[in-house]
Amino acid sequence: MKPRNLAILLTAGLALAAAGCGGSGNTPGAGSSPAGPAAADAPVTISVGCQPPKSNPKERAQWDADVAAFQKLHPNITIESKDAFPCIVPETFQAKLAGGEMEDLFYVYYTDVRKIIASGQAADITPYASTLTTLKDMRPDVISVFKEGEKLYGVPRTNYGTGLVYNRKLFTQAGLDPDAPPKTWAEVQAAAKKIAALGPGYVGYGEYSAGNTGGWHFTSSLYGRGGDMVTPDGKKAAFNSPEGKAVLENLKQMRWTDDSMGTKQLLRWEDLMRMMGSGRLGMMIGAPDVVQAVNNDFKGKFEDYGVTSLPEATYSLSGGDGYMFNPKATPEQIKAGLLWLEYRFLTPGQGQFDYERAKNDGLPVGLPATDLYGATAPGQKINELRTQFATVPVDHFKPYVDGTANVQFKLEPPKAQEIYAILDTAMSAVLTRQDANIDQLLSDAEKKVDTMLARSS
Amino acid sequence: MTTMTTRRDPGGFRRAFRRNLTAYGFLCAALICFAFFSWYPMVREFLLSFQKTNFVGPAEWVGLDNFRTVIEDSAFPAAWLNTAAFTGLALLVGYAVPFVIALVLNELRHATAYLRFVVYLPVMLPPAVAVLLFKWFYDPGPGLFNQILGLAHLPALSWLDSTSTALISLVLVSTWMNLGTGTLIYLAALQSIPSDLYEAAELDGAGLLRRVWHVTIPQTKLILLVMLLLQIVATMQVFIEPYLLTGGGPENATVTVAYLMYQYAFSFGNFGGGGALGLMLMLVLMVFSAVYLRVSRDDAN
Repeated sequence: MKPRNLAILLTAGLALAAAGCGGSGNTPGAGSSPAGPAAADAPVTISVGCQPPKSNPKERAQWDADVAAFQKLHPNITIESKDAFPCIVPETFQAKLAGGEMEDLFYVYYTDVRKIIASGQAADITPYASTLTTLKDMRPDVISVFKEGEKLYGVPRTNYGTGLVYNRKLFTQAGLDPDAPPKTWAEVQAAAKKIAALGPGYVGYGEYSAGNTGGWHFTSSLYGRGGDMVTPDGKKAAFNSPEGKAVLENLKQMRWTDDSMGTKQLLRWEDLMRMMGSGRLGMMIGAPDVVQAVNNDFKGKFEDYGVTSLPEATYSLSGGDGYMFNPKATPEQIKAGLLWLEYRFLTPGQGQFDYERAKNDGLPVGLPATDLYGATAPGQKINELRTQFATVPVDHFKPYVDGTANVQFKLEPPKAQEIYAILDTAMSAVLTRQDANIDQLLSDAEKKVDTMLARSS
Repeated sequence: MTTMTTRRDPGGFRRAFRRNLTAYGFLCAALICFAFFSWYPMVREFLLSFQKTNFVGPAEWVGLDNFRTVIEDSAFPAAWLNTAAFTGLALLVGYAVPFVIALVLNELRHATAYLRFVVYLPVMLPPAVAVLLFKWFYDPGPGLFNQILGLAHLPALSWLDSTSTALISLVLVSTWMNLGTGTLIYLAALQSIPSDLYEAAELDGAGLLRRVWHVTIPQTKLILLVMLLLQIVATMQVFIEPYLLTGGGPENATVTVAYLMYQYAFSFGNFGGGGALGLMLMLVLMVFSAVYLRVSRDDAN
């Protein structure tokens, strides 16, 4: 008798547990209330992603303090903070969405914005945009990241254009002047040669060529040289051009003639960061956030690095991050979320721009990492505060600030990741094969991108 | 016997069922677990490959569009060729080496437990760690392998950075990681061979090679075949090595079907395309699995 009962219990228990699992996974829009008219001050709860993790106690305390202050201002709004590091992982993004676990207000990188809009995975917030008073001052090229036609799908948090990150310490060691970083690609080549000459293991200039990052940096270089990735209608490839050729020729020259790019290739995002952090890499394409990452996660020190604008550039690929809304969020949640975003991320002297608090907390201040407003009043205010409370050597980033003042931000091409994957081939070929035929590589990649774009349109 | 009883006595089946209730209970639990955690995802994957979905609204049926998309992808033929080449090379290297090591270990009389432990050790290293360790070994500058080549006055190799050596470099990592498991399985098979067969062979004057050829191989034929099929199924799904070591490069030389599938699903956000590739790979693997089932059934008979 006993074993039989046990078996029945076991079976029933498992069946219940399994049914429970399946059920919870299918609950649509967990945490959101049904849409419909509601009083202006009706209670509303929003879950918000990217609360700093516990391992980052100071930033987390700032966030929590801001949540408390915000909720005092808006007693009907409850913010449910969700922490994670990193804030977005492509693998879990889709799973969270499918499982109804996605926050009402979720964090994104610019790189993913197009894909998310195209797949209908973010709410259209155009009808509520008037809630954001700061929107009118925002750089049009920045806000356009989150726009599709006239529709708005999100709000930026940080924004930057790519420049040239360099190791000031190595510049000095190699007899170069760290206060006069290269302004042309010829100067980059010359500096890279000198740094590589410091000895084995020293790399003058590093470049990506795997995991789609090669194509991403190709785009960055190409934009800098005034080239385009696709035709204006977005239907054909446009990188098989003198500018595209110049990007690859330059790399080929540095890799094989000058021998200034090191022997190890197929590098990806963290590889160059690690090399920068260990003080063996002279230069790389990157924005000021690279210095932040190198300092925070790869054992580099702020004072050893500098950033200048991309050589010879009039355009630069913009990067950054922001927030988008769950398509299942209610209008009340969207309005409440926009109020929170404005409070925490968009107001000078407040939230992320409270540089005084950051300085008091011992956090680095002074990196020109967030340019949302350009030369408008809030932009000027933010820059003043940043300089006033700076804790990192602001002068090291002055060439970037001065140089990028006239550089226009440019968006990623449509189907960016697919195009980047195709261009990884060309980048890896030039960096790993001395006899790589640049014309052939570009025309092959062009054909592949044309086919891919024709298929998807 | 049971059927005879059932036919004569309709209550027999119920009695037999009741007698085995406990067994059915346990079976049900297992079946439910399988259904939810193994078969349901497979069915979902099958459906996904014919759908376009954003995981928000209802999925849209697109017929064979996803298949067309991935087949037209320029990386598609490269992925299959690389997967086949990887599997072939992994069989050449990874199949023979553990068997030879097992043969040697089986012949040894001293320190066998220690040596078995040493051989099995790499299996305990998490694959990601092992792969990253090899990334450092393969470094074309100060990497361990090139240092060794230098000591032997041989020219340095580009290892992962060259289209001609990248794939075989991945095979070496994979072989190293899985060496211990294969060796232990072969060793178990070798030790189950009755020792009187060897004694008889020795009395007939057979040397080591003849003993291996006439006794060992015929006696372990079945396990060798089963291992061959299992290895084909496992190596065709190779993902972690290209993902962590080469990112599919240089020039698509290490893009595999599983890696392409990952790119579709997680880089391009095209789950349907990823599903289609997954289904194609599964169909190919099912052929090998069918052979495997056939072989193991023959074994049971």
